[in-house]
Amino acid sequence: MRRELLLLAVLGVVAAMPVAAEAPAGATACAGCHAPAGRDLPVPTLSGRTPESIVADMQAFRSGSRPATVMDRIAKGFSDGETRAIANWLASKDHASAKP
Amino acid sequence: MRQPSRRTVLQGVAASGAVAALGAPPAIGQAQSRVVVIGGGFAGASCARALKQEDHNLAVTLVEPQTLYTACPFSNEVIAGLREIEAQQFTYDGVRRDGIEVVHQAATGVDHAARRVRLADGAEIEYARLVVAPGVDLRFDAIPGYSETAVEAMPHAWKAGGQTVLLRRQLAEMADGGTVVISSPPNPFRCPPGPYERASLIAHYLKLSKPKSKLIILDAKDQFSKQRLFQAAWQELYPGLIEWVSLSMGGRVTEVDPSTKTLITEFGNHEADVANVIPPQRAGAIAAMAGVADQTGWCPIDPVTFESKLQPGIHVIGDAAIGGAMPKSAFTANAQAKVCAAAVISLLRDRKPAEPKLINTCYSLVAPDYGISIAGVYRPKDGLLAEVEGAGGTSPLSAPASVRAAEAVYADSWFRTITGEVFA
Ligand SMILES: Cc1cc2nc3c(=O)[nH]c(=O)nc-3n(C[C@H](O)[C@H](O)[C@H](O)COP(=O)(O)OP(=O)(O)OC[C@H]3O[C@@H](n4cnc5c(N)ncnc54)[C@H](O)[C@@H]3O)c2cc1C
Ligand code: HEC
Repeated sequence: MRRELLLLAVLGVVAAMPVAAEAPAGATACAGCHAPAGRDLPVPTLSGRTPESIVADMQAFRSGSRPATVMDRIAKGFSDGETRAIANWLASKDHASAKP
Repeated sequence: MRQPSRRTVLQGVAASGAVAALGAPPAIGQAQSRVVVIGGGFAGASCARALKQEDHNLAVTLVEPQTLYTACPFSNEVIAGLREIEAQQFTYDGVRRDGIEVVHQAATGVDHAARRVRLADGAEIEYARLVVAPGVDLRFDAIPGYSETAVEAMPHAWKAGGQTVLLRRQLAEMADGGTVVISSPPNPFRCPPGPYERASLIAHYLKLSKPKSKLIILDAKDQFSKQRLFQAAWQELYPGLIEWVSLSMGGRVTEVDPSTKTLITEFGNHEADVANVIPPQRAGAIAAMAGVADQTGWCPIDPVTFESKLQPGIHVIGDAAIGGAMPKSAFTANAQAKVCAAAVISLLRDRKPAEPKLINTCYSLVAPDYGISIAGVYRPKDGLLAEVEGAGGTSPLSAPASVRAAEAVYADSWFRTITGEVFA
């Protein structure tokens, strides 16, 4: 009973959150490796980053100017326009899930 | 807005239980749109959560017979004694906390006309759209002698759980100087680099604990995933320990004898001390029952929406789907699930689903501190998922130990991230 009420309360909070815009092509796959903030894992979180800095990193991975184990191979799969859309969406998601 | 929906779900559960007991199964949920997901693995559980996250007013039901999910990625470490099986196990509490109704039953059929899923206990659930994500079934009709009872003597360990622990125990009990034989299936199958990662980690165990032993891979293929990287690493780390027998060298297993642990090929017999038979596979049985599997045993899908090419209104994701260039992996299953969820929501709102792009990355451990990977970026092309050219590929063939060590660390990070997203 108490858990039920708690659940409803939690869901109430979720319902009050603004909904992020539809994800652009490729964007949801980044979360396979990049966790939300607060987990302190070896692969850095993308949460809290500005779109500009994500785009700059992706360009550096793509050109090879920034060495990488895997991001070079992934960044090459996205055009400038796609990368920017992903970066904007990732940043907008931060905003949508910010604690009230 | 959303409180009535929650109540409907709870009533649905209560009604289902009560009336099923009377033997007259009703449909769960009526007026409100409900998406039913069959299978709570990397594909199905990810999809259920993504659906609910995108639209919390949508009623989502996840149908999964097991209360504890045992993940396959990293289960090869369990076999090699590097990790405990408990680290592979996840409950559905997190999924339930999202407001998803989790029904611990097997789906046993689909009524297309009435849009209802039948469950083993006789209950039925009505759906607006259905997602089928049952993973693979092992084919016990493919290798004479390899039946459901043979798995005790010759474990497959290709579905994680008791089989994983059994194979580990057999290796632990083997005397030094023994022969381990792994039989690797033809394409397509779950986790293309998996048999070779397993061979590597078993070799690691043998090298440390039973150095006079050897390992033979009997392969139904002439090529395998990350082959050059694996073979270079075997040369470096386990020289002379692993023998790979390709299809053209007589590697295809045509019959087995569980009573003597013998694997028979066209070129001769191999008597094993530990035999790991990874048989050919097909989509989980419910896919055929739902009419979404074709004569190959797998499910053709539209690469934009993952909607079945055989049954409108039903989507197929994960290992069961024909993924085109995308390999059958947990990473793929999770990526497809999120794209499918977005498409299902668009379709329910009469909107055109957006063209997706997907990523896959499969990490493999050749040793605990030696990781390698293969990555790809995919998009729909000519009705299939095709690789984006110029992207993806494997880790470099030559790289310093520090890079291999970094990839082993990132592999573990990936597992923790993805299982967090799917189950936490
Ligand atoms: C040894 C090994 C190592 C691997 N390593 C990796 C790795 O490093 N990285 C990686 O990305 N992938 C890896 N994989 C592959 C990965 O495990 C699979 O690709 C992934 O599990 C596929 O997800 P799925 O949801 O399609 O299927 P599953 O995870 O198998 O889930 C299917 C679920 O559906 C349920 N189900 C089946 N039938 C029904 C029914 N009728 N009604 C209701 N529920 C049903 C099952 O109980 C199961 O829980 C590995 C696999 C193996 C065997
Ligand atoms: C297979 C796992 C994986 C996937 C998928 C992935 N990343 Fe990464 N990412 C990494 C790793 C590992 C690093 C560290 C650099 C390296 O070794 O490649 C990284 C680094 C980054 C960085 C630099 C972060 C920093 O703080 O230095 C950015 C930005 C980034 N990734 C963006 C993305 C975006 C955008 C996507 C989706 C399009 C994505 N990544 C998908 C694994 C992944």
